[in-house]
Amino acid sequence: MSRYLSLVPLFLLLALAAYFAIGLSTDSRTVKSVLIDKPLPAFDLPKFGADGETFGSESLKGRVSLLNVFASWCITCRVEHPVLVKLTQEKRVAIYGLAWKDKPEELKAWLEELGNPYLAIADDAKGRTAIDLGVTGAPETYVIDKKGRIRFKQVGAIDDYVWRETIEPLVAHLEAEP
Amino acid sequence: MNAFGRTNPLWLLLCVLLFSSLAHAVEPDEKLADPALEARARALTAELRCVVCQNQSVDDSDAPLAKDIRVLVRERIMAGDTDEEVIDYIVARYGRFVLLNPPLSGDTVLLWFGPGILLVVGLALAYLYVRRLNRAPVAPQPLSPAEEDAVKRIIEDPRA
Repeated sequence: MSRYLSLVPLFLLLALAAYFAIGLSTDSRTVKSVLIDKPLPAFDLPKFGADGETFGSESLKGRVSLLNVFASWCITCRVEHPVLVKLTQEKRVAIYGLAWKDKPEELKAWLEELGNPYLAIADDAKGRTAIDLGVTGAPETYVIDKKGRIRFKQVGAIDDYVWRETIEPLVAHLEAEP
Repeated sequence: MNAFGRTNPLWLLLCVLLFSSLAHAVEPDEKLADPALEARARALTAELRCVVCQNQSVDDSDAPLAKDIRVLVRERIMAGDTDEEVIDYIVARYGRFVLLNPPLSGDTVLLWFGPGILLVVGLALAYLYVRRLNRAPVAPQPLSPAEEDAVKRIIEDPRA
């Protein structure tokens, strides 16, 4: 009996090591969204570049789309942007933009310089819709299904790898849903 | 001569070191006019994790998103929300991850009681170990008649 008892610390150590191994290999900086599988929070914001018009969550129903939270002040968005431009050029998926706490003139200059991959841009100048969406930083991209529900949230830039491995298969899967 | 003319600079340094922790990120224009409501807002945001810097509270953080949430919390308070409603509002958007003081629920039981359980298990093991060390050694048994005979034979004739 006492021989087995002396092994207890070893097993405790192994259990602790396994626990740490799991903890260290998951990225705790990425906050998992609580809104997965829930309807996109309702918003109705000024549509960028269209005086007086609004663009809101209702417009994202009926087709699979990406809602990309970005800003001209966001450095990583600049890295991500060419990927989005290419996706739109190749007509892979509908991409909408949410300009987070941006200034219209800076946003305009940014889009003129880098191109505009968005079907429409909601101008969230106060950042209130971003909070409703649980945005923790930019860029973040929500994959919205045909019923207007959030099905996936990409924290950080979409690059070729993320598109090919994660988002493209998911979009294809969602397209097949009724 | 100004008011600090005779003050030892070390005293000033001491004051700075002692009271600098009282400085928070809250900017004057964010504050509510009513001190009681402002105190509620401060207490609530001190319990909320800033999702940008993560190990600071919303009350402490200089991140723009933390500022937005401070303003939002004050708006909810002005709109008549209770403390619970304000917290629920934020949790509905960012999840319970933002609670620096997580509530006791099914999946946080281990978080709350795990360290205590480990402590008790550790103390129990230590107790068992120490008790075994202190147990009186077993009294020596007398030799059996056969052993007595063997010893006697060896003593009488060591070469045998």
